[in-house]
Amino acid sequence: MLTRRLIACLDVRGGTVVKGVRFSNLAGAGDPAALAARYDAEGIDEVVVLDVTATLEGRAALRRTVDRVASELFIPLAVGGGVRSIDHAGGLFDAGADKVSVNSAALGEPALITRIAARYGSQAVIVAIDARVIDGRYRVFGRSGTSADTRDAIAWAREAEARGAGEILLTSMDRDGTRAGFDCELTAAVSGAVHIPVIASGGAGQPSHFLDVFTRGRADAALAASVFHFSEHGIADLKAYLAGRGIPMRATAPPC
Amino acid sequence: MTIALIDYGAGNLASVRKAFAAIGAPLTDVACPADLGRAGGIVIPGVGHFDATAPLQTGWKEAIARRAAESAAILGICLGMQWLFEGSEESSVVSGLGWFRGRCLRLTGDVKVPHVGWNSLNDISPRSRLLTGITGGASMYFTHAYAAPATPAAAARTTHGTTFVSVVERGRVFGTQGHPEKSGGTGLRLLSNFAALARERSC
Repeated sequence: MLTRRLIACLDVRGGTVVKGVRFSNLAGAGDPAALAARYDAEGIDEVVVLDVTATLEGRAALRRTVDRVASELFIPLAVGGGVRSIDHAGGLFDAGADKVSVNSAALGEPALITRIAARYGSQAVIVAIDARVIDGRYRVFGRSGTSADTRDAIAWAREAEARGAGEILLTSMDRDGTRAGFDCELTAAVSGAVHIPVIASGGAGQPSHFLDVFTRGRADAALAASVFHFSEHGIADLKAYLAGRGIPMRATAPPC
Repeated sequence: MTIALIDYGAGNLASVRKAFAAIGAPLTDVACPADLGRAGGIVIPGVGHFDATAPLQTGWKEAIARRAAESAAILGICLGMQWLFEGSEESSVVSGLGWFRGRCLRLTGDVKVPHVGWNSLNDISPRSRLLTGITGGASMYFTHAYAAPATPAAAARTTHGTTFVSVVERGRVFGTQGHPEKSGGTGLRLLSNFAALARERSC
């Protein structure tokens, strides 16, 4: 049976993890490759590296980071942050990314989704949608949440799928950073509108939030960063909690 | 002894290279059928639409068949596995290698298609050499909308809406619908098994 995925997001700037840092007592804390390997050992199903600077100098650093992470991580690796062109995406694939996440650039130029999908396959293209409730409707925001777009989140998700996106990474800006729980209404609305998987993001604070988003929210995957702190065993405990409540989870060997 | 990775322009091969490098069996990229040489193993990758295998029509079929006749081990991954069959209902113009009978079919049922994520290998054939050391219920990472038809060469099955053949094996020809290069310890074990098989008769 297809399992639901837990995805760890590493926010990286200049090769260092800047948010969601854990294991701070370990040597190499903040090293994305070490963190990714640790999450992998704990049973995470996928890793997202998000470049929060996305500057020109940052791009070369990001490729080096992706290369290092991918050389030791043999589970799916997605990379995002300022991906604006097929060449930029290609550099990330060559470095070892399995998927790239596009956001603002796809809003400005939706054909970019199709171009990357035609060359690398739809499975390699995640369209990230940042959404916020305005006047009772879900509106899309670009440029890391700073610029409002006229698009409706559900309509944009449908269009992204039609243009070749393989997955939707859906972030509730109202919930992001609040630890108040995922926006299950938003997630369910988008998940029901498309055939491709929807990754819920924004608001994770405790295990019950994951249970909610996998049941009421109909999410195929759930993404979080620092919240994987919540207990000593983090991901393994969360998986056991969810599996015990009927959510199909990938069984992994306990970390040693 | 070399294991050749067929580079026919289909998508991203970095992850496959990195996984084989990690198990101590680095791949040699081969972009031209004449360069298959005496490779002991041949990896056929593939992602996306079945039409993406069109470049394999020109020269590759014969070159791969020649190496297989000389006992090279063959591994098709994802679309590369589907290509080992006669074709796919995804494409009316491009045919497969036809080493396994039947055409690949679109997944159906009350589930999301494409099938994306981790799913389990079931009904593992105890005779499978590719799956040595991998037990039923072990997970692989999948991302596909079409799948192989039923075949006596099935070495494992997976269920998503319907049950499909997720690993195929006959003699020294192997295929895996899931991505071993992205399937953690299970995938690395599978690739190690393949590398050992490729070494077996390559002197």
